[in-house]
Amino acid sequence: MLELQGIAVSPGVAIGRALVFDREGYRITRCLVKPEESEIELNRLVEAVGYAREKLESTQLSTRASLGDHLGSIFSAQQQILVDPNLQSELESLIRKKSYSAEYAVSEVFTRYAAIFRKSPSTFLAERANDVRDVERLLLEQLTGQPMATLTQLPHEAIVVSHDLTPGETAAFDREKVLGICTEAGGPGGHTAIVARGMEIPAVVGVGNFLHNIRSGDEVIVDGHLGRIIVSPDPETKDRYLQRRLFRQSIATQLEEIRDLPATTSDGVRIELMANVEFPHEAAACLARGADGVGLYRTEFLYLGHTLEPSEEEHYEAYAQVVRDMQNRPVVIRTLDLGADKMGMTRPAEPENNPFLGLRSIRLSLRNPALFRIQLRAILRAACLGDVRVMFPMITTLDELRNARFLLRSVSEDLLTESKFIPCAVQVGMMVEVPAAVLMLDRFIEEIDFVSIGTNDLTQYTLAVDRSNDSVVDLYQACDPAVLRLIEKTQQVASKHNKSTSVCGEMSNNPAYALLLVGMGIRTLSIAPAAIPILKKAIRSVTIGQCEAMAWRALRLDTAREVDAFLMNQLAGLVPEIVLQA
Amino acid sequence: MKQTAVNSVLSIDSRMSSAIQHSLVVVKNAEGLHMRPADKLVRAASTFQCQIELERAGQVADCRSILSLLTLGATEGSELILRAQGPDAELAIRTICHLFENQFEETTAS
Repeated sequence: MLELQGIAVSPGVAIGRALVFDREGYRITRCLVKPEESEIELNRLVEAVGYAREKLESTQLSTRASLGDHLGSIFSAQQQILVDPNLQSELESLIRKKSYSAEYAVSEVFTRYAAIFRKSPSTFLAERANDVRDVERLLLEQLTGQPMATLTQLPHEAIVVSHDLTPGETAAFDREKVLGICTEAGGPGGHTAIVARGMEIPAVVGVGNFLHNIRSGDEVIVDGHLGRIIVSPDPETKDRYLQRRLFRQSIATQLEEIRDLPATTSDGVRIELMANVEFPHEAAACLARGADGVGLYRTEFLYLGHTLEPSEEEHYEAYAQVVRDMQNRPVVIRTLDLGADKMGMTRPAEPENNPFLGLRSIRLSLRNPALFRIQLRAILRAACLGDVRVMFPMITTLDELRNARFLLRSVSEDLLTESKFIPCAVQVGMMVEVPAAVLMLDRFIEEIDFVSIGTNDLTQYTLAVDRSNDSVVDLYQACDPAVLRLIEKTQQVASKHNKSTSVCGEMSNNPAYALLLVGMGIRTLSIAPAAIPILKKAIRSVTIGQCEAMAWRALRLDTAREVDAFLMNQLAGLVPEIVLQA
Repeated sequence: MKQTAVNSVLSIDSRMSSAIQHSLVVVKNAEGLHMRPADKLVRAASTFQCQIELERAGQVADCRSILSLLTLGATEGSELILRAQGPDAELAIRTICHLFENQFEETTAS
């Protein structure tokens, strides 16, 4: 059994067999062999090379006959690649000295050459990467004895294990076959995370190098709640997870019964449960789960897998669909919240040393006003279809808020001048994600209609911890007393000015934390659609007084660990039916 | 300038004991040293006993390895230093120079 820690980006637990893909999306069996088996691997390689050579030779002949010498010679050159002495000696050395299996060595060496070619500024050379890949595929097909599976054509249900996934690969996923996702690379804001959440596939990313420790067919558990990967679990562990799954299924039926009831505490205080969504099609899932609206519509997906900036129409269509589907329920659209590395917008000249402290989110939008205006125009147009609110992310200074509002106003005037229609008034809010915004909130609050606390970034910026960094991830605790104080202060300032505060971070996906937030005075929570039913259950099981007492005590504790233990204990006492007793 | 570069290589090599043959070759194919020329070069080089190398901007490629030849990224007009060491080095240099000269018998695409 091997346990690995990564970043939980999409909740849920998946148990299944691994299908391991390499960097290029081809399946391989990555593994090491015992040193004494190296000779066997070398012989397998020699055989495979012989087979591939014959195959290339016959292709060369048939191509030459049908298409002429010129094209036939491509396969002659591929034969040269196959028997290239440098390549062969690298393969041999990996197998002999590092105990690589023949497949692993082939994949490693060919991937490296393909990468060298791809990086070449000459388009001609860059295209040679495909020749290298063709030869590799021939060899691997011979070595594994089966045609290559690709990510878009999984042969059976599986947990997809890979170094990283491209937007194209994730977008083409077969939801029926992909049980879970686990990648070496990637972070909380990456496209794998976004797509996995949208498809409700449990996913853990940023696990670090581990592909050499797993092979296709191994049993794997992906724990999308705790960010954990377990390879070849022992019977005890597997049993624990299977029980959890049974438990979840059993409460799912209870939850179904309260779907159409409001999220109201037992003493009658209404809590708004909104949904965080990524893709337009998720609006349906929100309604099915009884969401009161969309509290956070992330708009980054428009930029995923596209090399061109989305047009105003594309923005508009995406927003309009959600607004229509939500049938007059509020829809809070967050303007683009991406780093420069994730999109086609003007990139910073130099790679950034600290991307999280760099040109991202609202800073990037304000730096690209022409593109920002396109998004704002689309939002204002969609606002005529329902209750649309606009929210600016990562506001740090008043100047940023004012500049963003200025652009919004000017876009609205443009629309009026073009007399396409009279733009509807929209509520404007800001996300509170930076401690500076909390400290200055009494000034901000006069210029906005609502605030929404993004606990993910607020935790990261308050505790100065990068949650994608394995070495410090244990410091990343949304229930840290420092973070709680900032949330408390935000809520107090906003309520003093009669403005609403919602919390839209992942923190409130946990019912215990959500009850704490309710006890602190928060009346709107925005969470993953899948988490809505259980949260509703928790809220309907408690009184507001119980939540307030819980908050009063939690805010007097010293450490994140104490807060967490206290909250989990409270939840077990207040809503025992949703807590699995260990 | 080109002359100096070659001379300096020659002068270094003249201090070595074994006889290394050199020549300066220029890629004349419009598409550079691409797959087919590289393939022909490897085939030609493999018929000799001597070690044959091509150098471009400090990067050295073994003429028996198509991958290392391709990674030179030699485009049309690239100047390469051809080096051979071994019993049949002189003939090897002449043969390979000839290949470069007549553009690896590639017909120019019309």
